[in-house]
Amino acid sequence: MRIAATLRMALRALRRNKLRSTLTALGIIIGVGAVIAMVGIGNGAKSQVEAQIASLGQNVILVFAGNWSSSGARSGWGSAGTMMVDDALAIAREVPGVITVSPEVRDRQQVLANGLNWNTQILGEGPDYLDIRQWALAEGAMFTDQDVRGTTKVCIIGKTVADQLFPNEAPVGMTLRIRNIPFKVLGVLSPKGLSVMGQDQDDVVIVPYTSEMKRVTKRTNLSSISVQSATPEFSDSVQRGIAELLRQRHRIGAGRDDDFTIRGQQEIADAATATTRIMTVLLGAIASVSLIVGGIGIMNIMLVSVTERTREIGIRMAVGAHGRDILLQFLIEAITLSSLGGVIGIGLGIGSAKLLSALAGWPTLVSVTSVALAFLFSAAVGVFFGFYPARKASNLDPIDALRYE
Amino acid sequence: MAAVIKLENVHKTYHTGEVEVLAVRGVTLEIAPGEFVAIMGASGSGKSTMMNIIGCLDRPTEGSYFLDGVDVSHLDRDELAAIRNKKLGFVFQGFNLLSRTSALENVELPMLYTHDRLSAAVQREHAIHALQIVGLADRADHHPNQLSGGQQQRVAIARALVNKPAVLLADEPTGNLDTRTSAEVMGVFQKLNDTGITIVMVTHELDIAAFTKRNVIMRDGLVVNDTLVERRSFAEEALRNLQQAQQAVKLSV
Repeated sequence: MRIAATLRMALRALRRNKLRSTLTALGIIIGVGAVIAMVGIGNGAKSQVEAQIASLGQNVILVFAGNWSSSGARSGWGSAGTMMVDDALAIAREVPGVITVSPEVRDRQQVLANGLNWNTQILGEGPDYLDIRQWALAEGAMFTDQDVRGTTKVCIIGKTVADQLFPNEAPVGMTLRIRNIPFKVLGVLSPKGLSVMGQDQDDVVIVPYTSEMKRVTKRTNLSSISVQSATPEFSDSVQRGIAELLRQRHRIGAGRDDDFTIRGQQEIADAATATTRIMTVLLGAIASVSLIVGGIGIMNIMLVSVTERTREIGIRMAVGAHGRDILLQFLIEAITLSSLGGVIGIGLGIGSAKLLSALAGWPTLVSVTSVALAFLFSAAVGVFFGFYPARKASNLDPIDALRYE
Repeated sequence: MAAVIKLENVHKTYHTGEVEVLAVRGVTLEIAPGEFVAIMGASGSGKSTMMNIIGCLDRPTEGSYFLDGVDVSHLDRDELAAIRNKKLGFVFQGFNLLSRTSALENVELPMLYTHDRLSAAVQREHAIHALQIVGLADRADHHPNQLSGGQQQRVAIARALVNKPAVLLADEPTGNLDTRTSAEVMGVFQKLNDTGITIVMVTHELDIAAFTKRNVIMRDGLVVNDTLVERRSFAEEALRNLQQAQQAVKLSV
């Protein structure tokens, strides 16, 4: 039998029982809508976290100075004091796959300018730091290698610092004081927002690491080193190379612990997205349950329909319908019901995801894949739950069916 | 001429639980093209079972059945369906039209399941032609609930005719109709038979059987009498008589 004719027949049969068809489809509508909205919320959260991860930079590997322990007392990270500028330069020179490094010294200081003051994080960095972090300047320029070599008193500042210290004027060219040492502001960074950990990344003053070490803190060791590898694939080999090099340079014998810690960006990203991924899967799974319940509704109504239309089935068989014609007719009816529900459900899901974004301010992301999957799944629900009733109809005996009251 | 229906020692046994029901116990029957046969008998005589076998809705447990020269006693479900579609036309007691479906679409139904399908336009043409034969072409877009019982049965006859079957089978076609409408429907059958269509009908009413040409009487699963109708009724005459009787009633009041 022609598919088009069967489809027309199915649509007519569904139109005959409008309320019943609508209620049956409602199960699928809600199921598909819930899946789309829930997965949208999960994906939205995930993409937000991923965006924060991306703000870390590209292919970044962080090498932290380790801790020291003496007579059983163990200090915190970065306290070992064994990470030197030479280590950073050696990594850049000797580890294959490394594009560039930035030695880093971290410190908190009271910063003064304009008669205002502000406690902020001071970062001593190399000139490539902004490239590694994929961080653009809103205005001005980054300090150079020359500034690093000459321990120049220059800095660039984050958006928050700019707002706090220079509320009414352009900061570039102005001077601010760190520990009473004047630094000239060369540039202002573009805002980067909160970090994965929730810190304000714009609350920062960046100075050449040499200036920071020699003029401000008078320390000789680094807090950490930011390393950029050529591609994500290099990440593992670069991490191994750095570990080997540092153990050798720090003369750490076999079997003894490292005095440093290496973190790849991928590890950080994995840890941060793990929760959102679990959340997405969970939400999707819960929503899928309602889709299955909707499928059971379809099966139920199709069984009722087969019983009600036993006589019709008998007539069709008497005039020459094969079992498979009847099977196809009822199967197409079930699939039509579920896929129509699917289409409406997709609309509802996208709508409610948008509504949630607008009202609750949650980020939602409805992907084409999830829409396509939800639609295919709803059609599959029709096939799966429609098959048994259709099979039952096609197996009827025409004599019994014709006699059915 | 070769028989269009040929039953040879046909048996049908039903197993209902532990009891064996011998519905048909050895029927041999030949029906030639152009015949108009009434199969008669009380309920339980096996006439309905015979009808189901002749109509290829059921298979004989024993014996063989040749329809239009083809042995159909051992065909499977789908093959029987194809035979029903091509060679048989059914008219039922309860009309069995699809409700909320126009007369035209009801008549088109058998063509939907024909193996070598015709185009929609040709299907429509055939269906309208069949409706013209039964005199209902002007009601093509009416739904069954908008038609009288007699009209519904005529739509059913049109549906039975549409694939040009070898045999028209009618199971108590006037069972749900009053005398006048019964005579009308029998008139349609007689006209069709006059054009050469073979008709086999099951009925338990003697006056309906009198419209046919040959009566086969069954009892306990066997043919006990097979005679040609001597004093045949004709629909036109019957209708005229009815009208006169009605007028007589009116005049006497």
